[in-house]
Amino acid sequence: MNVKEEEFISQYSAAVSKKKLIKEKLIKYFFMINSLAAIFLILSIFIFLLYESYRAFEQIGIGEFIGKEISTPGGTAKTIYQWYPTSEEPRYSIISLLVGSLLTALPATLISALFGIAVGIYLSEIASSRSREILKPVIEIFAGIPTVVIGFIMLAIGATVFNDLFHPPNRLNAFLASIGLSIICIPIVASLTEEALRSVPNELRMASYSLGANKWQTIKNVILPAAISGLSAAIILGFGRAVGETMIVLMASGNAAELTFNIFRSMRSMTATIAAEMGEVSFESNHYYALFVIGMVLFVSTFILNLIAELILNKMRKKLRS
Amino acid sequence: MKEVKIKINNLSVYFNYIQALNDVSIELYANRVTSIIGPSGCGKTSLLRTINRMNDLMHGFRLTGEVLIDGVNIYEPEIDVVNLRKLVGMIFQKSNLFPKSVYENLAFAPMLHGIKDKKEIEEIVERTAIQAGVWNEIKDRLNENALNFSAGQQQRICIARALTVEPDILLMDEPATALDPVSTARIEELIFELKRKYTIVVVTHNMQQAARISDYTAFFYLGHLVEYDKTTRIFTNPANKQTEDYVTGRFG
Ligand SMILES: Nc1ncnc2c1ncn2[C@@H]1O[C@H](COP(=O)(O)OP(=O)(O)OP(=O)(O)O)[C@@H](O)[C@H]1O
Ligand SMILES: [Mg+2]
Repeated sequence: MNVKEEEFISQYSAAVSKKKLIKEKLIKYFFMINSLAAIFLILSIFIFLLYESYRAFEQIGIGEFIGKEISTPGGTAKTIYQWYPTSEEPRYSIISLLVGSLLTALPATLISALFGIAVGIYLSEIASSRSREILKPVIEIFAGIPTVVIGFIMLAIGATVFNDLFHPPNRLNAFLASIGLSIICIPIVASLTEEALRSVPNELRMASYSLGANKWQTIKNVILPAAISGLSAAIILGFGRAVGETMIVLMASGNAAELTFNIFRSMRSMTATIAAEMGEVSFESNHYYALFVIGMVLFVSTFILNLIAELILNKMRKKLRS
Repeated sequence: MKEVKIKINNLSVYFNYIQALNDVSIELYANRVTSIIGPSGCGKTSLLRTINRMNDLMHGFRLTGEVLIDGVNIYEPEIDVVNLRKLVGMIFQKSNLFPKSVYENLAFAPMLHGIKDKKEIEEIVERTAIQAGVWNEIKDRLNENALNFSAGQQQRICIARALTVEPDILLMDEPATALDPVSTARIEELIFELKRKYTIVVVTHNMQQAARISDYTAFFYLGHLVEYDKTTRIFTNPANKQTEDYVTGRFG
């Protein structure tokens, strides 16, 4: 190889690598800008909610959002927990809405945990690859049903069937809504459970079988304990989805703004309240700002739930990798 | 005096349409260490997993021929796989301790098989850990997560765990491949100790290791048993040209 040739090659390869480098850098910046934009967006939503809630606290007072103290005819004071921003004496207790949200979300989470984990175990540990290939898309379809359709079905058919069978005090109630919520939460918990179980290294199954354990003993004593953090994350994320869901609760829960702990009564959730009232409220009224307080409570609580789930998952991945 | 512990007659193993072992007949002796050597993919792991029926878990597994342990064909329908696996312990290439405490790892099998008395379990834990030469390192750390221990320690805890079912036979699939020389030496010493009580079958890719630890060596190639003899003979004066080429490192 003569000197000229060498020069040519070195120049040429330098040009190529420079071009490649620029391309890689551009790609890197593209993704960085995207993620920064996402963070910026979330942050501005939060600041916006915070600002509007601040206005609400300023104009209405923080105490009002817990409950309202009124004096009874007997002369004693009593706190009532109601959400009635449009009444003459407006009431802004978020407590009743918070309890409403929990009254639908907690049973839905319980149901989804039970069935979702069972389905996840089936998918990961028991199903043949054929039946898994069929079952997985079916489950994903369930997760993708528009929630308004589920709400409608619960309202039209679910309520009638449930009413005829159990005669609850209210035709539309929290229980009905939580059944509807389960339809979307079960697939979420199921696929997250499957993912968690599949991330358990196969060597652990082998160890268990080689010690004489059968399939159930292996699932119960080895696989589930190894995936416990993944399972908790699945349940938390399912819960987050149930708390954040709007349409199903709006349609199936009866929408009564009374504080109740009875699951067979009508109630109202935080999400349904925002959805139902935001369209009609007059701009920058007290009611308008109060809705933002609900929004902030929702935003913060789902954010924290997701954060906890993410932390747990991270920890699990690290633990299983070592 | 040597006593035949495992007798394999005309064994062929298939995974779907792949044939992993082809008409293998071999007798493995009690209280001896037998090395299984051969190039990658020649069926060493398949052979080990046939002896404790772990292959049953593999998709598309099928076999013809017989595997007799103490004269009993372990593929007879009336054989209880749980009892078989209590008779035949297995050590894997990479330690696969459960992400639980050391104690829970060692108590796993005894509790599984119905031992409830805490004292009895503690005795088993101590005895097997002593046997596996790891007791001194774990005795003050029994409640610590097993994955906190070094790779070599973990592998010896695995051996202890395999001993908790009180097996007669230990199958080891490249037990020291993932370890540093010092840890490897400890495992080799341990194998030497354990053969007094157990029948040991070790798969290894390390010729020096096979020569050091085993009494008998079987050389496999493409699913066939090419040569099986005393280790000294396999490494000094093999009958087969392929064996000679392999143990001297000319191919593999
Ligand atoms: N579960 C399985 N499914 C399909 N084929 C398999 C399975 N296990 C082993 N085989 C095939 O059987 C043959 C023998 O494999 P085996 O694992 O017994 O080889 P090996 O000698 O242990 O190799 P290595 O030294 O790489 O561990 C290979 O062709 C392998 O692809
Ligand atoms: Mg192998």
